Amino acid sequence: MEIIYSVFSFTFLAQVFRMMTPYYLGASGANFSERSGVINISIEGFMNMAAFSFAVFCIMTGSILLSLILAVIVNILFSILFSMFTVTLKINQIVTGVGFNLLIAGVTKFLMVFLFSSSSNTPRIFVGYELSDNITAFSIALIFISGYVLYRTKFGLRLRSAGENPWAAESLGIKVRQYKYAGVLISGVLSALGGIWLVSSQHNYSDGMIAGRGYIALAAMIIGKWKPVNIFFACLMFAAFEALEITLQISGAEIPTQIIQMLPYLITILVLIGFIGKTKPPAADGIPY
Amino acid sequence: MLSKLFVCIVLSFVLSSCGKKTEQDGKSENAGLPGTKVGLVFDIGGRGDKSFNDAAYKGLEDAKKELGIEFEVIDPGDGADRESALRRLASKKEIGLIFGVGFIFTDDINKIATEFSSKKFACIDYSVTPASKIPDNVSAIEFKEEEGSFLIGALSALTSKTGKIGFIGGMESPLIRKFENGYMQGAKNINPSIQILSGYVSVSPDGFKNPGKAKEIALSQYAGGADVIYHASGLSGLGLFEAAREKQKLAVGVDMDQYKEAPGFVLSSMVKLVDVSVFKTIKAFKEGKFNSGVTTFGLTDNGVGFVYDNNNKNLISLEVKQQLDSIRTLILEGKIKVSAE
Repeated sequence: MEIIYSVFSFTFLAQVFRMMTPYYLGASGANFSERSGVINISIEGFMNMAAFSFAVFCIMTGSILLSLILAVIVNILFSILFSMFTVTLKINQIVTGVGFNLLIAGVTKFLMVFLFSSSSNTPRIFVGYELSDNITAFSIALIFISGYVLYRTKFGLRLRSAGENPWAAESLGIKVRQYKYAGVLISGVLSALGGIWLVSSQHNYSDGMIAGRGYIALAAMIIGKWKPVNIFFACLMFAAFEALEITLQISGAEIPTQIIQMLPYLITILVLIGFIGKTKPPAADGIPY
Repeated sequence: MLSKLFVCIVLSFVLSSCGKKTEQDGKSENAGLPGTKVGLVFDIGGRGDKSFNDAAYKGLEDAKKELGIEFEVIDPGDGADRESALRRLASKKEIGLIFGVGFIFTDDINKIATEFSSKKFACIDYSVTPASKIPDNVSAIEFKEEEGSFLIGALSALTSKTGKIGFIGGMESPLIRKFENGYMQGAKNINPSIQILSGYVSVSPDGFKNPGKAKEIALSQYAGGADVIYHASGLSGLGLFEAAREKQKLAVGVDMDQYKEAPGFVLSSMVKLVDVSVFKTIKAFKEGKFNSGVTTFGLTDNGVGFVYDNNNKNLISLEVKQQLDSIRTLILEGKIKVSAE
């Protein structure tokens, strides 16, 4: 009974929204990229890179706003590199994504030893709690922003056409490659915010702190069937299950927590198999153009 | 063609970035003497985790200072890297003793030790199971975490005003259960009706490096009424200290004195003298008295204990300290039995 009360409490809801933030930022980012036809599985790496660079810039400059901008710029550079590989050079997108994840995991660790002679964390940074709260608020606003951009603007229409049928789009004079670059770039910027959120709530960067959130974001994108609102609810589901797992553990309930931990992934698989409606990715998703 | 070239470039980047980084410390002139150097492979979290790994590193540095040994460490990435790191150190001529830091090394050490029977190995937190035999050239170092945690449990129960205390574990495993069980018994010893809110970060080793989730668990436990939380979760524990700062409540550190993580909010730390165990093993090795088999460090030899110094004096009253000391004596005399399970 106590569990039921605690699930409907404000603390529980606040927790769910906090946990949802990095998922939704990553998932909407990945959605923009996939809508333009580029599979970007290096959301995890992008989050990691921004988290690390934000912490480093905070320590170096002391200015939160400047560090935020610089960390986003770093991610934009990485996104451009990613698009060069996948769009201009047409390298397999999955391979490139895996490469970026590993590359960034190595680069951050290397730089951390180089700068702070610690392979696991940076010194503490001083960021107010407003930043993480603001990012959470932004991620909620993002439902409407990404929905509007994708479905109500010329840019969104063309971006989607690049992911659905780039050949037809090109024949109508749309510069498909530019839109693919833009899609990847947006995914870089949004996942940067996800990483920065984590650092600003932890007040330091530690190795591996993204802890698979980028991959969960991808799963949420698939469950959400590449639609902004659905993706939001998928992220909310992942966060709610995680919060529920914590609440159940604390309450000392007899339910094995492993089962609760397993549920969201089980749902992911069921969705992929096609139990819950049909999942249809953008038609030209993952095909180099 | 061009794209293939780029794949090659990316792959070479990737491979070089996954490659383990070896640090060489110490002077190079006597590095050539076979079997004199000490090698060490870090656990998840790596050097700079302000906890377990740093404690092991401190043992190496002490040994270098006092015994004049030289050492080489590897900070592995994930998974199979651990085994290859051990093998790499074992195959070097000048290295005679290799440490694996963490229970995760148990199987890897068993395997590599049988392959390199002329070298000595030591594994900190080796998980001893009746089913498997410890190779002759392996020193399995165990700590009685439950005894140290018992004292922390008693301390938390004496400090708590709400009658609720919390525990955060990293990965659900027998080793971390030892911490939790000791803690629970200690708390119940003081206040049989105390409520212990407990949570684990994960069922996989990732649980030791996910401070984001640990912070959420801590926030939930504080919201649920706990006013002291103890953690045994490595790097994830940083999340607990963040929550303690945010909610202005108390936290208890582990492995090393973690007062600096949240000054004023760290009640104490359950210290596991990993540094002493590393130092002692190296000393014995150097004197030719390498001790294979299980070596246990407990309260008796100050292998585990809790921090009470100028930093946290104002958080622990004198009566509480005296009470803890008497509990300690009772455990040493065998009048209080602390079980690991």
